[in-house]
Amino acid sequence: MERLREIHSPRAWMLLGGAALLIAVVIPLVAPEYMVPLLGKFLCFGIAALAMDLVWGYAGILSLGHGLFFALGGYGMGMYLMRVIAGEGVYRSNLPDFMVFLDWKQLPWYWHGFQSFPFAMVMSLVAPGLLALVFGWFMFRSRIRGVYLSIVTQALTYAATLFFFQNAAGFGGNNGLTDFKRILGASLHDPATRKILYLASAIALFGTYLLCRFVVTSRLGRVVTAVRDAELKSRFCGYESTNFKLFIWTLSAILCALAGALYVPQVGIINPSEMQPSNSIEMAIWVAVGGRGTLGGAVLGAWLVNGGKSWLTAALPSAWLYALGALFVAVTLFLPNGLVGLGSKLFRSKLVRSVGRLRQPSRPPT
Amino acid sequence: MRKLHGGEVRYAEWGIGRQVNSRPNNLGHVNGVRLAHWQRRLLTSVMVAVAATALPALAQAGPLEDSLTEAIDGLGAASDDKINESIGKLGALGDPRAIAALDALCDERLRVGTDGHAYVWDSKTRDLRSPLTGQVVNPEPRPLKEVEVSNEIRRVAFPVLAQLKLGSPDAAVRLAAAQELSNGGSAEAPALLRGALAREHDSNVREALTLAIARVDLGSADASARLAALEVIGKSGDDDFLSTLQQIVGQGADGKPNEPDPRVRAAAARARNAVISHQRVVGFVGDLLHGLSLASVLLFAALGLAVTFGLLGVINMAHGEMLMLGAYATYTVQTAMHGSRFNLLVAIPVAFLSTALVGVLLERTIIRHLYKRPLETLLATWGISLGLIQTVRLIFGAQNVSVANPDWLAGGLQIAHGLVLPWTRIAVVGFVIVVAVAVWFILQRTRFGLEVRAVTQNRAMAACIGIPTKRVDALVFGLGSGIAGLGGVALSQLGNVGPELGQSYIIDSFMVVVLGGVGRLAGAVAAALGLGVVNKLLEPLAGAVLGKIAILVFVILFIQRRPQGMFAIKGRVEA
Repeated sequence: MERLREIHSPRAWMLLGGAALLIAVVIPLVAPEYMVPLLGKFLCFGIAALAMDLVWGYAGILSLGHGLFFALGGYGMGMYLMRVIAGEGVYRSNLPDFMVFLDWKQLPWYWHGFQSFPFAMVMSLVAPGLLALVFGWFMFRSRIRGVYLSIVTQALTYAATLFFFQNAAGFGGNNGLTDFKRILGASLHDPATRKILYLASAIALFGTYLLCRFVVTSRLGRVVTAVRDAELKSRFCGYESTNFKLFIWTLSAILCALAGALYVPQVGIINPSEMQPSNSIEMAIWVAVGGRGTLGGAVLGAWLVNGGKSWLTAALPSAWLYALGALFVAVTLFLPNGLVGLGSKLFRSKLVRSVGRLRQPSRPPT
Repeated sequence: MRKLHGGEVRYAEWGIGRQVNSRPNNLGHVNGVRLAHWQRRLLTSVMVAVAATALPALAQAGPLEDSLTEAIDGLGAASDDKINESIGKLGALGDPRAIAALDALCDERLRVGTDGHAYVWDSKTRDLRSPLTGQVVNPEPRPLKEVEVSNEIRRVAFPVLAQLKLGSPDAAVRLAAAQELSNGGSAEAPALLRGALAREHDSNVREALTLAIARVDLGSADASARLAALEVIGKSGDDDFLSTLQQIVGQGADGKPNEPDPRVRAAAARARNAVISHQRVVGFVGDLLHGLSLASVLLFAALGLAVTFGLLGVINMAHGEMLMLGAYATYTVQTAMHGSRFNLLVAIPVAFLSTALVGVLLERTIIRHLYKRPLETLLATWGISLGLIQTVRLIFGAQNVSVANPDWLAGGLQIAHGLVLPWTRIAVVGFVIVVAVAVWFILQRTRFGLEVRAVTQNRAMAACIGIPTKRVDALVFGLGSGIAGLGGVALSQLGNVGPELGQSYIIDSFMVVVLGGVGRLAGAVAAALGLGVVNKLLEPLAGAVLGKIAILVFVILFIQRRPQGMFAIKGRVEA
């Protein structure tokens, strides 16, 4: 009970409950059918934004590689969806269509086991988590920080994108994985399945939010924030900063992969353009718009930016890149603490602060 | 009157007779026959005299000119025998000026005018030309008669033509003829080629002739000739022979070896291996230059990036777009100065100044507000790069545009057989050396460079002793962007130019900065060279993508050992 109060004030809990009710109950009832996958997609972006905020807002690591973890989770799910319809493809072969097309005779070893849903789910979280763990261990161990770290994560993403674009990689080349039909026996084109996927995303979003909140309000979370603000001092206090950063980094990667795994059955395709470096940077701007180190703000930012994107790319396609570019510049110049920071400055209300609970030092982290 | 007439005839007969039979001792014989056939000669002499009056120029020229013209005109004769005879005459004369006429004959472009002379019809300009001088004949002696050629005539004409070409004063013509002869496989080819080789002085043509002889000798019945030919081929390393050599080494469908002599088979296997290893060397040197030019482009990008990062501690994600703007500046200059040979030289200052201006503007308006927040600078400059890409896309279109190479950069430097290093790549490498030296000079030997280094090392102290740090910031940013703009000029010579050009180089150039250490020219140069060359050398072994991944892994492992890069100095950024 005491721990619950630490996580959120009673008012914030009530607010959270209201939001959950709205998203998980009201919206599925009133939203038109065609909107459900789109909204489900937004929920997944919200999860990814939480993961990004965890690592950037609380640990001060600007990752430009989260798009990779997102896409890897998606590929794990995509591989399950491909394998589960073995024999029903265009070529009626036991192999996925693109392998038949490439004249492959055998399933590559890393595709084995993906016909089982539990195995595929575990793999789509473990594989990106393992990659993050190994990569992060090398990075944090050699004290790579700040912009260096951002650049190296971006290079990792870039290299992975190139790799997945290859046909020989065994992930469908630039077409990726698509033509999905069923998940756990339910047709993906059935509106009921879509609603269930939406609900699963909503549950995952709130679960992730609570998990993140739990982590950042724990003692571990406080140490991570301390490492962000003064790494040397916290190390002199006896905290091995590498381990704390590595934990947050890997957790964040796994959460991002979860978002990707939920995203793929709702959009029906996963291809390497999903992991392009630009997508990772866009994730950073979601968090920057909402406000770093606020969790709730990050989700809000993801929704606002993607809502704007959906609307603008339809209404004025050539203006979208300008708007996005201007957003990047304007937010960094004028809104260093994002919308939540702006809100708390304007209203100074308890509500905004209790949701946002800005754990920011007066000077933003570098 | 009769006597005079007869003398004229005799003169004409004399000239022709000597040339036709190449027998000067014919004189007495001709005299002897002359009396016996006096009547007939008188008739023919009338015809010849008519022809002679139409040719005042011929009368002035020497006897050799006469015979050449005579033989060329003979190509237009009505009967195949006469034509063959004339071809033989041209071969005996050995004058390369007959090439045009023979070529025309084989292509059925030879015309006979009403004046009985042969002319060459130029099918492109639709002019009638004199076969010897190449001048346009006006007015044309119409109606023209087309000389029709049988394959028999062509068979006779080809070796003569090749022989004449082998004697041409133009080395390129001789080279082409040598290759043509070796492929044609005519019976006279070996003798012709050997004769030409004995006379030849140009080393390129000598090589071509030697190879042509070897190619012909491969088909020889004499095993020692085949062995000698294989020796020559192995030395040359010419991969044109690869399939032939494979065939000699291999077996026919009946399981018998294609080549009966085991010594020749062994020699062919040796020659094949020599050719393959030569090709490997050629490929390696080609890849090396390719890697060097890639390294040059990376260096253009990384020079500016390393300096600005060292000085200001911020990462400019829009730096790659400076490359792109420089390339588009080159394109614009080329479009504006269409056709000028030196638009590339004009483009260099234009690209530098325009991108430097963009850089200074960015620094003054946006980046200077973010110096304390490097991570956010990264985001803001990313936003700027999106805007720049979209702007260029709206102005120039989303399609790639191509910038032409000037004629003084066309072609390449031939180092060995099959190894041509394109001038454009050599020029790019040379250009980056000049620019890197200039940047080194500015940073190490000028007052401005001293100020830059002072601010890099200790900004507060530099400001205290009166260095205008803000102006230094802006100027350095402009300089860095301008260098990237120069890189854009270089890039425009290597490939097509598109709005997303910079994106593909920015990550690699960041790797250069990470590897080389910030603020150090030597580090940037060494890292760019290493990454560029290693990247291209890995490509044939592992493929482009695995090469990139291998380099990333290497960079990650490298910074485990030396987090500050290869040549670290103390700057504002402390990794």
